[in-house]
Amino acid sequence: MTAFFQNLGLPFEGAWLLSTVIGILLIALPVMLAVAMIIYADRKIWAAMALRRGPNVVGPFGLLQSFADGLKVFLQETIVPSASNKALFLIAPIITFTVALMAWAVIPFQVGVVLANINVGLLYILAISSLGVYGIVLAGWASNSKYPFYSAIRASAQMISYEVSIGFIIITVVLWAGSFNLTAIVESQKGYYGFLNGNGFNPLLFPMAIMFLISALAETARAPFDLTEAESELVAGYQTEYSSMAFALYWLGEYANVILMCALNAILFWGGYLPPIDWAPLYYVPGILWLFAKILFFFFVFSWVKATVPRYRYDQLMRLGWKIFLPTSLFFVFLVSGFLMLTRYGGAQ
Amino acid sequence: MIHVLAFYLFAILVVSSGALTILSRNPVHSVLWLILAFFNAAGLMILLGAEFIAMLLVIVYVGAVAVLFLFVVMMLDIDFAELRAGFVDYLPFGILIALVLLAEIVLGIGIWSAGPIELAQRAAPANPELSNIQAIGGLLYTRYIFLFEAAGIVLLVAMIGAIVLTHRARGGVKGQNVAKQNRRRPQDAVRNINQPVGQGVEL
Repeated sequence: MTAFFQNLGLPFEGAWLLSTVIGILLIALPVMLAVAMIIYADRKIWAAMALRRGPNVVGPFGLLQSFADGLKVFLQETIVPSASNKALFLIAPIITFTVALMAWAVIPFQVGVVLANINVGLLYILAISSLGVYGIVLAGWASNSKYPFYSAIRASAQMISYEVSIGFIIITVVLWAGSFNLTAIVESQKGYYGFLNGNGFNPLLFPMAIMFLISALAETARAPFDLTEAESELVAGYQTEYSSMAFALYWLGEYANVILMCALNAILFWGGYLPPIDWAPLYYVPGILWLFAKILFFFFVFSWVKATVPRYRYDQLMRLGWKIFLPTSLFFVFLVSGFLMLTRYGGAQ
Repeated sequence: MIHVLAFYLFAILVVSSGALTILSRNPVHSVLWLILAFFNAAGLMILLGAEFIAMLLVIVYVGAVAVLFLFVVMMLDIDFAELRAGFVDYLPFGILIALVLLAEIVLGIGIWSAGPIELAQRAAPANPELSNIQAIGGLLYTRYIFLFEAAGIVLLVAMIGAIVLTHRARGGVKGQNVAKQNRRRPQDAVRNINQPVGQGVEL
């Protein structure tokens, strides 16, 4: 796109700036729309599993429910508690929301269709997702209230615990692909057994795919790991003191993170924008549709889990993270690197 | 042009947030300014072309170290009057440290202006074809493998030390045996009895 604007007579810097801004808008606006629709989908799936109807009043099939909710929240008064730390109280939701959108910069939607094709793409995502905890911790501290503070402490412990195992799981994929670049990782998944696309079909990486899905649930604080906003114990967790747009920013950021984690599941383990079967006619379908289909499938799994699995106790959450996922993922790092040393990199010399 | 603008933006933010880390009264604000300083330092490293180090800086320092800092600092109950009370006592020591740092800066600038040290010719030049990660890995796992492993062992010893120092076996704590809990079935736990009226239940 930079070349297109340069042909129109702009200098390189101007063309680069303009095309980057357009690229950001082309990603951020559909993500926001997707968030609105996916909240609706979440409520519909959840309702269907509880044999209810779910939202069905606003618009056809209740499709406009999220927009109505957004409008309602937008028109509410923003209440800032007088005992809170005002600047941090207002910055915290902005951090959550911004961080949730930032990570989309390196997601490849098609061969070459990516905003920033950097060679440390996966590390960038790890770095950005490790920032996400600040929005919650700051909200808990700045609210100057008991329940948000408990929630902030829980959230920081939970996210740090599961980031460790996510890091190891990502390393197994990176070892297999030989690159941190997300496009290269997707391309490396072509042609398992000659006809399947996706690391998930690799018996060494399939357990990692399952563990990544569960860790993603914990990292985004979705049920059954939603200890940070356990309504029976902590009112609404870190969001207790929030109202109006500040609350909406948390809501949007949370779901943008969920979609991002679904996209990462698809990209790291199930072939991203590649069709699941390595068969020439399937490549005529645009890759972005395959990616969307996979994202939607994983989102359905997320909702399914939310609708059916009861919430973990906090000690069970910590046990799962540190005593089961961490050793298992570490073991698989050894296993995958050992396997690659014996086969791909020529064995002992 | 963009490089220059970005450099001055990052540099000014690093320096000013570093200063605010020291100057702000509230320790939580201090940690947050420190995080901003780390973040902008990562930006400077990206400008230098060291994207791997920049990402590691954010992941390790911002994502882990600063979160733990914040975790501890958030729970402090700070008496601001008491903080300022020790100012005069610590002043001589503070001035001493400031003088040492000043001397180091003067020496550093003096040496730098006297001419570069010829380090670059001794180290092998980096291959421009390689990415950051491959170049660092190539050096780390071949030439510096023993230093790298020694660093790993130092960290391992530190970790074991931290565990030994903080772990104590407390009496009177009921541990949970998860396997035993999972083996438990309803028929082991529940018993149906037909209790005659007027008698207590025998357990």
